[in-house]
Formats: sequence, structure tokens, C-alpha cells
Amino acid sequence: MTVLVDKNTKVIVQGITGHQGSFHAGEMLKFGTRIVAGTSPGKGGTKFQDKVPIVDSVSEAMAFEPDATMISVAAPFVRDAAFEAIDNGLKLVYILTEKVPFHDSMEIVHEAKLRGITVMGPNGPGITVPGECKIGIMPNQIFRQGDVAVASRSGTLTYEIVDHITRSGLGESAVIGLGGDPVVGLTYIDVLKLFEADERTKKIVLVGEIGGNNEELAAKYIKEHVKKKVVAYITGRSAPPGKRMGHAGAIIEKGVGTAESKIKAFEEAGVKVAEFPDDVPGLLK
Amino acid sequence: MGKEIFRKYGIPVPEGYVVEKSADVKEYKKPVVVKSQILLGGRGKSGGIKFAKSQAELKGAAEELLGAKIRGLTVTKVLVEDMVNIKKEYYVSFALNRSERSPMLIASASGGVEIESVPHSEIFTRKIDPLLGYSDFIGREATKFMKLDKNIAAQFRDILGKLYRVFSEEDCELVEINPLMETAEGQLIAADAKVVMDSDSFFRHKDINITDPEKTPLELEAQSKGYAFVELDGNIGVIANGAGLTMATLDALTLHKGKPRNFLDLGGTDNVEIVAQAFDLVLKANPKAILVNIFGGVTKGDTVANGIVEAKKRFSITKPIVVRLSGVHEEEGRKILKDAGIDSFPTMMEAIKAVVKVAGEAQ
Repeated sequence: MTVLVDKNTKVIVQGITGHQGSFHAGEMLKFGTRIVAGTSPGKGGTKFQDKVPIVDSVSEAMAFEPDATMISVAAPFVRDAAFEAIDNGLKLVYILTEKVPFHDSMEIVHEAKLRGITVMGPNGPGITVPGECKIGIMPNQIFRQGDVAVASRSGTLTYEIVDHITRSGLGESAVIGLGGDPVVGLTYIDVLKLFEADERTKKIVLVGEIGGNNEELAAKYIKEHVKKKVVAYITGRSAPPGKRMGHAGAIIEKGVGTAESKIKAFEEAGVKVAEFPDDVPGLLK
Repeated sequence: MGKEIFRKYGIPVPEGYVVEKSADVKEYKKPVVVKSQILLGGRGKSGGIKFAKSQAELKGAAEELLGAKIRGLTVTKVLVEDMVNIKKEYYVSFALNRSERSPMLIASASGGVEIESVPHSEIFTRKIDPLLGYSDFIGREATKFMKLDKNIAAQFRDILGKLYRVFSEEDCELVEINPLMETAEGQLIAADAKVVMDSDSFFRHKDINITDPEKTPLELEAQSKGYAFVELDGNIGVIANGAGLTMATLDALTLHKGKPRNFLDLGGTDNVEIVAQAFDLVLKANPKAILVNIFGGVTKGDTVANGIVEAKKRFSITKPIVVRLSGVHEEEGRKILKDAGIDSFPTMMEAIKAVVKVAGEAQ
């Protein structure tokens, strides 16, 4: 298997009849993802795009032997939907929804960890392994199969960087968005472990942002454990202290979490840091 | 405010009442502290707290504080509280630790000052498993570390349990008592209460009234309309999608000697009206030019293009608008813009360079 998913991964979509759920389920089908069922309480027995069976619950969807789920329900209902997925034993739970109360996310993430379940998001773009499987909302047309793995906290900035990698003639082995909510399932270190172990991946791009110390922890981990080439890009260089730049964590407080500190940590770990998103491919070559 | 929530959960707080007019102060019985009710730390240093030892002093303090300006904010309410005989001051808080995805307990026998200024060796920190929550054994670890005597330790653990309930049931990012006072009579009492709730949880706390003194009026307007918006001091209005890409846009503008006027993240939207309303906000910030930087995913290129065309018409925008559109439905979007006579670029750097140029030329 490649990073977390491959062409055999069977996926369900919780909330497949919603506005976001239906659009992105359609895009995932075009990408080639094996969506085996969708859930929408009360709409069981119908079909999505005349082919994907819709059922009322995850429990019923288990008849289709899914491995993973995409949760696309409103924030107040995410806790219930994620618990439903976890309780039914799905091994990969991706939460598209943003602004999930972090007390709910803490419970989801910790319960999943106890059961060896991977949680992606909330508020992330999901995972794409070109040529194999996409779970999430990344635009289909920006990928090409290759050997560069990308991890990021954000969505659109990830697309921006992947687009530059693809246009430069390189391609991607896996792209993962951790999520922009205060509490998310994956850390950079979790993802670095996956990338380091993945045979297809030869080079790694980490996209970081101001706030907190996750990038510094990642830099330390890279220095000690990662042999593959790593390139980083840090956003928020121009952000004034004390102002929260959209993402819950993107704030410089009392001098902690500055772009300078993160860039320095990466450079000390031998990681080249791009000044602009379009500098990334050059640093990979 | 914070103390009312504490009272609800049974955490001891000083006896007191709030008044909006100095005529409403009650009859003086014992020494009191008169505190201006503003959402700012450091109000003591800024002259927002007065002591009174007579009826005349009490009335005088209330008169002086009500209507006064403290760090730019007008005081409209004061809290009159019984003065406490302080023997010792402690610190205690529960806060989210993002990298651990868990609450952290922080406690110290050296309270009453900013916790950042207390030496690490005097601070007890402990991760709480959110599935287990707070339990008394954690309190025993803390009180042993703090070397509290038996009577104070028992009260401290009781307060810890209640404080964790506030943290958990009120969906807090932070609950802090600083100082937690030990009175001469051997009672622990929360002299100050800081409660910061997770704004993403407000849907289940409908009684909450949000104000944020750190935000500008335009930022508050944006917040009420659901946009992540930050005012900056430049002259190029920015509308982008996704916090990461919006930040990267500001960084790239700055590195190209452009000066962003704002941060505006459209978020994941598929609604023309949300795009059009974003222009309304940015126009109120009066920039010289507007940059729209969209990488379509959830937000589709044609939706954004229709929103731009609609905004240009509705707000009769004559300022230069520079657009970058990529991703989902980019071709459709670019065609809509072209038909409306608005140029767009396929890459961020082309758009950045173009907008820096037109903003420099605009008067």
C-alpha cells in the first residue's frame, strides 16, 4: 500500500446528499476513488448518481466493507458522525467540516488513537495519492504521479504548491492536509513517519504556518529520523503579532510561533526553505 | 462575566455587585475594591482598580471610574467587591495544548503575577487525557508539588474539579484563576476569573454575548458576517480563499514591496453573494486596488467570477481589480470575467506583480 490509501481503498461518504458531500463525492468518483456507499439518515434506499447506494447509517454501510470515510456534515453533528465511524471500526476517518468545537475533536482524536484509527482533519483538504485514490476536496486536475510527498496544515495553499510541483515536470506520491482547526488528528511527525516509510516517496515538502511549535517539532524530528530530502515553505512572514490569521493556530503570541523561528529550525535541520510557493520545485531538483 | 460562571459552578469568589451608575452603589459596610469591567488584562496597572474604606471613597471611586477611558475603552460598569485579607496568592489554569491535542493543567504556588514570569521550576504542568477528564489524583500530584498544607490542598483540589467542569462544559480554550487567594482566615477564593470560550462552540451556548476589544469596528462587522478578516496598514485590498493561501498572498505581496490593506479569507464557499459581500468589506477599508487570489476547490472559479462581476456592478467599483483564478472551474470563471471586461491571471505571481504595479500608479 502507498500512503494510507490506494486503489483498493473502499470509501463511504457520510452526508453524501449534502451540498458539499455530493459535489465532492462526484469529483472523487471522477478521480477514480472507490466510493462503495454514502450515508444520509432518512434517505436510505436511494442512489447517488444512479450508482452509489445510499444507506441510513454507517452500520448499514458496513455491508459494503469500507475502509475509510469522508465526513461532510455540519459542525454540530461531526462528533456524532465521527463516533459512528469509529464505533463501526473504519480505519481512516477524514473530516471535511471546519470549525468543529475542539472539545469534540479532542474526544474524537483520542478515542481513535486508542483504537488505532487515523483521523484527518477537521478542516483539512484530505488525502490524494495520484493514480490511486483521493479522499477529500483537492482539485483533481493538479496532480501527476511522481515521487514528491506533500504535507500541509492548509487547503488552498497546498493546491498552490502541488500545482507548481506538477507544472515543473515533477509529480506527487501523496498529498495530505492536516487541517486548520485547533485540534486535528495528524501531526507533521505522524505524516513524516508515513512518508519516510513509503517506497514511492523520494522527496518531501512540508508546508507550515505561523503559530504554535509544530513546525519546530517537525524540524527536530527530521534532523533525527528523516533521511529523505525535505523542502519547506512557511507562510505568515508578514503577519503582525497578536492577529489571528484565519486558522485557529495562526497567531504570533508573545514572540512564539514566528516565521523566523520556524525557518531557522528547518534550516538548522538541513531543510531548504522556499521564499515563494513557486520556488518549491527548484529546491526539490 | 467570568465570576458569574464560577459562581454557577460553586467556585468561591468574593462577594460583590456590578453597577452602571455611581448612585447605585450600596451602603458601605467594610473595605471594598472597585474594579472597572473591561475585557482587558492589566487594568490594575492602567488605573482601572480603586480601593475604598468609606462611603465617600466608594462613591468617589465609582464616579471616577465610570465613563473613564482605560486603554482606549470606556468603562460602563464597575464591580464593587469585598476586600480580602490576602495571605498568599496561587495560580491555576486549564488550557488547550494544541500539539498534545489535550487540555493542560498549569498550577503554581507563585500566583498574582503573569505566569510567564514565574520560573519553570515553580510551575506544575500536566496533560489531561480528555477521555478521562480531571480526577482527584491529578489534584494530589499538583498540591504535593506546590507543598500546600492539608486544609488548603483539600480546597484547592475541590476548586480544580469545578474549574475543569467549567473548562469542559462551557467549551473553553482557557479558564484561569490568577490570583487564587488564600485569605488570612484560611479560605481559598478566586480573586480574578478569566474564561475564554471556543467561538466554534457558540452554536450550543446561545446565551453568549461576544465582544472582542482587540478587534476594529470593520473586523467586528466582518466577523458578524462570517468572514475571517484582519485589517492591516497597507493599500492593497486582498480577497483570497483559505487561510494558508491568504497568508501566502500577503507574504508574497510584502516581499514584492506591495502593502496589503487586509487579510480576508472567503473560506470554502460556493455562494456568489458571499463573494460580493467580501468586496463590500474590502471597499470600506478604502484600498487603492483589490487583489483576488483564488485556488478553486470547495470554492469554484465560476462562482467567484460571478461574485466579482456582481460586486463590480452593485458597488460601481472603479478601482483596479486584479484576479487570479486556478483550480476547480477555472476556465468557466476566466471566461465570465473576460466577458465582463475583467482581466485574470492563471498564476499568483503574475497577479501579485500586476496589482503592486497598479496600486503604485493609482492615486
